[in-house]
Amino acid sequence: MGQPLLRLHNITKRFPGVVANDGVSLEVFPGEVLALLGENGAGKSTLISILYGLYRPDEGEILLEGRPVRIASPTHALRLGIGLVPQHPMLVNRHTIAENLALGIGNPLFPSQRIVPLIEKMSLAYGLQIDPKAPIHTLSPGQKQRVEIVRSLLRGAKVLILDEPTSVLTPQEAEALFAVMRGLRAAGKSLIFISHKLEEVLAISDRCTVLRRGKVVGSIPTSEASKARLAEMMVGRSVSFDRKRAEPRLGGKLLELSGLKASSSRGLPALRGVNLQLRSGEIIGVAGVAGNGQSELVEVLSGLRKIDGGTATLGGQPLSAGPAQLFAAGVAHIPEDRIHMGTVPSMTVAENLALREYAKPPLARGILSDSSALEANAQAKVREYAVATPSIHTPSRLLSGGNIQKVILARELAGQPKLILAVHPTYGLDVGATEQVHKVLLDKTYEGAGVLLVSEDLDEILQLADSVAVLYHGELKGPFPVGEVTREELGLLMTGSQEAGSGGREARA
Amino acid sequence: MNKAFPGLRLEYDPNPPRSRVALVFALAILAALLAASLIFWAYGVSPVRAYATIFEGTLADPNGWATVLRRAIPLLLIGVGLTLAFRGQFFNIGAEGQMAMGAMAGAGVALFVPLPAPLTLPAMFLAGFALGGLYALIAAYLKARVGVNEILTTLMLNYIAYYIVIYLVTGPWRGKSLFGFAFTDSFPPQAVLPMIPGTLVHWPTLILGVVLAVLLQLLLSRTTLGYEIRVVGENPKAAQYAGINIGRTVLLVALLSGGLAGLAGVGEVASIHKKLLDPSNITLGMGFTAIIVAYLTRGNPVLAIFTAFLMAVIFAGGDEMKISLQMPFRVVDVFSGLMLLFLIASEPLANYRLRRGGSDATR
Amino acid sequence: MQLDEVTAAFLRMLIFSTPILLAALGEIIAERSGVVNLGVEGMMAVGALAAFAVTNGTGNPVLGVVAGVLAGGLAALLHAFVSVTLRANQFVSGLALAMFGIGLAGLLGKRYEGQPVAVQIPELVFTPIAILLALAVWFVFYVTRAGLTLRSVGENPAAADALGIDVARVRYLAVAIGGMFAGMAGAFLAVSYRSSWTEGMTNQLGWIAVALTIFVSWQPIRAIFGSFFFGLLYYLSFALQNTPIPSVFLQALPYALVIVVLTLVSLRRGQGSAPEALGLPYQRGQR
Repeated sequence: MGQPLLRLHNITKRFPGVVANDGVSLEVFPGEVLALLGENGAGKSTLISILYGLYRPDEGEILLEGRPVRIASPTHALRLGIGLVPQHPMLVNRHTIAENLALGIGNPLFPSQRIVPLIEKMSLAYGLQIDPKAPIHTLSPGQKQRVEIVRSLLRGAKVLILDEPTSVLTPQEAEALFAVMRGLRAAGKSLIFISHKLEEVLAISDRCTVLRRGKVVGSIPTSEASKARLAEMMVGRSVSFDRKRAEPRLGGKLLELSGLKASSSRGLPALRGVNLQLRSGEIIGVAGVAGNGQSELVEVLSGLRKIDGGTATLGGQPLSAGPAQLFAAGVAHIPEDRIHMGTVPSMTVAENLALREYAKPPLARGILSDSSALEANAQAKVREYAVATPSIHTPSRLLSGGNIQKVILARELAGQPKLILAVHPTYGLDVGATEQVHKVLLDKTYEGAGVLLVSEDLDEILQLADSVAVLYHGELKGPFPVGEVTREELGLLMTGSQEAGSGGREARA
Repeated sequence: MNKAFPGLRLEYDPNPPRSRVALVFALAILAALLAASLIFWAYGVSPVRAYATIFEGTLADPNGWATVLRRAIPLLLIGVGLTLAFRGQFFNIGAEGQMAMGAMAGAGVALFVPLPAPLTLPAMFLAGFALGGLYALIAAYLKARVGVNEILTTLMLNYIAYYIVIYLVTGPWRGKSLFGFAFTDSFPPQAVLPMIPGTLVHWPTLILGVVLAVLLQLLLSRTTLGYEIRVVGENPKAAQYAGINIGRTVLLVALLSGGLAGLAGVGEVASIHKKLLDPSNITLGMGFTAIIVAYLTRGNPVLAIFTAFLMAVIFAGGDEMKISLQMPFRVVDVFSGLMLLFLIASEPLANYRLRRGGSDATR
Repeated sequence: MQLDEVTAAFLRMLIFSTPILLAALGEIIAERSGVVNLGVEGMMAVGALAAFAVTNGTGNPVLGVVAGVLAGGLAALLHAFVSVTLRANQFVSGLALAMFGIGLAGLLGKRYEGQPVAVQIPELVFTPIAILLALAVWFVFYVTRAGLTLRSVGENPAAADALGIDVARVRYLAVAIGGMFAGMAGAFLAVSYRSSWTEGMTNQLGWIAVALTIFVSWQPIRAIFGSFFFGLLYYLSFALQNTPIPSVFLQALPYALVIVVLTLVSLRRGQGSAPEALGLPYQRGQR
């Protein structure tokens, strides 16, 4: 296969208390797609940061076309021909594609106008289909990714790192991205594809390198790999892809939505007549690409957004009150943004655990807060949910993501909630914390709670839910019993059409 | 990060102890005073002489202490209110205007409302609180309902309040006894606060300030309302999530903070001036100086008792420099500006601690 | 009203609008880079003092204006250091700069109190310069790479940083240049608009400029017309002094209108057109 384009040799990077990369070696050849696999915390991000000049390795060397290089900064990485397509696009929303791509390299005068022909040429060559004059905020996540790809190519990237590029894409959009990747591979570029979605890795890569706890556990040609084998390499034990869900114990009708309508914060219709029935003890997954009404649905159900039309009832009672009343009525809300919505980062764990019940006995007597009751409440919850915190008086911002989520669970699920709204409940959590969150949610359904699980992660939904519904453009399709739908069908529903690709979706907020 | 001093290094500490914060603040104030001395030197007054004058005029004798206490009273009241306002993320820089409105309301009651003598002063304070608070509510309402930045609106309201009072003292309320001056008539005796003999220290207002500082501290730390204010201030999104009425909280915080500034205005006109006059002679920029009083408390109203005293020394020092050295009173703005700059600049430093030894030696 | 009276009124309006336009342009530049600078009033005061002192020291008002511009820029660097390098709260830092600048000018300007300026520059010299500067700012913003860089830093500093743009340097430059505009506005007041030094001559024009920045949606061309609007208000508050309307109401009018204007702007579009990263300190690796 000749000389590798990029070779990492024995890269070690330590942080206080952790060895993030421990003697990592890998190589990628021209015209090859290397998949870099690993759980959260396996050291993928650190490795990317090293390759992209954000961190300096403590030991080891990086060879580019056989020559050792020291990558000092992202710009230096780009100059050397290493481009990164970040997971969350780094683009100026209000500017056009051309303005974004001209940033830093354009001509002194009319920079964005003069770069247009270059973009068009690139777009044509790789079938990227982007319009240089379109403002970024009108683009779909897939289109934004392509802008990032063009950015790297315009700067002469030979190695392209794609950091979990499919995490925000529908299966069809992902397929379109893979087509672009194959074109790039044919043009002799080296691609490093970071993912933990095994199907995708098997579909697109030529070789897989697996990281676990900072070390390379193996590197195998994709042709010799299987899902089970890769998964075992990743987590270090054989993993069952069986559903975690035992037979549900369904109760009576709990939540009933009929013709539910609501508007987005910008006043545009966001829910266009949603119908849904959830029984107690049941888990319904709500899939969909972000921005299709999921936030609004959850906000309506948690009392944060008003209903424009239709009805929503919980146990026969209309759901039309503020968040505090709805919580009291049994609606628990595990919010998407656990740091900025679910907690007050500067306040203590104890105070955060009181966010729902601070004004009620026993935490309050009249208008007075009872600090000893507050502490007792916190001690009990920290123990029950095994929250790892130095003390209940530690500000919650000093806790890890998993422990912050445990604080939220402990608080939200304290009473006997009837309805649990769980939004991306395990996003960014490690395996252990994910397991715990899943277990808690499942346990609550056996106690009679109904769960609406909103997630962009189809795997999570398929593991936990009894049935799955898809939100597209404010309309809810389904729910379908989990055994009766395929991922492909769900993917098509998520794009709202029978066509693959990113077409047809409106601008997102 | 141990480039310069081998063996010593800075370690990041996201949760600094209070003692270190206090130390950093003290150093910042010292640095601001040093920087100010450069400016005195440029002005042509030796810094030594400038600070000697301040000391002599303030802390050197009982008279100086009386001056400091007199200045501390309005700074305390306003500072306590601003501490609460900042805690609730209502950036009120309109205390000047709220103080002027309070003074106006107090004067209106003193001059035009016939009341039994013992009720006059309480009624004046009540009216001052109400008008100061309502005046702050304008900006709070616009912030809560429309989303207008309160920094600019409260500031603009200062100037509007100024012109309203000017209109009254040069027009309808102009005094009959003092022709040619923009004053009202003098207040009747029952509308004048008792003062410590031989000084202008109106002690009832001082006591009121101390009591309110303690009460608001308890409000913040011991009540459900205080919890709500803190959540709204620290993370409005979480407040919304928990069903806390953010608009109502902002309005309440503004009402209290404006009301306290109004009380300060009443205190000044009911003691030192005994009449309503050009409001810039009543407020003297204390609404701005009190921002530093509040900033220094780091959100604890009760600490304003000390920080108001500290800023009162600066303020009284400004008085003294004006009298003894013929320096313009603007010198107080120089102090205030520099102190605020140094304080916010130094704040991140509190998050570092100096450590001896190599890495991880302490783990 | 005679035709020449109308012309005279129009010219007065232009003159009143000039310092507001200059200061607002400076604020637009700073805010487009993502830095709010509430210290305009202080930078103007310092600029006015420097311009007056140098004009009366050298007898050359052009040197005076240059000094005013430089002084405004230097004062702004203080804000840049505290808010960009130390990442302190931009609003508090700007406020502190306003206090400090006003205080400093009041203190050091005391020796000039009441003195006439040695050589006065005709008022109308500044107005076309200010308008040309507005056009120049527009040109830089929308036609040059420097402008693209500046706007990108104000919208998404992390994206700019990832492309090798030194966010802190861009913000320093923008804040400093913004301060120079404010200094020029102050210089105009000192050596042209007023013929003598009076304490507090900036008269809250700096705050009006901050409000105007929001009012005109951070657009330099719109700032020209916005400043005319406030210029007209100031003109009216002088012109209507001998009418039955109490003059204090007219004097309070610009401040009341700032509140009205800000309210209308908020009602119409929220803060929708503000640069996305406005007011947020940038630290690599934080979002």
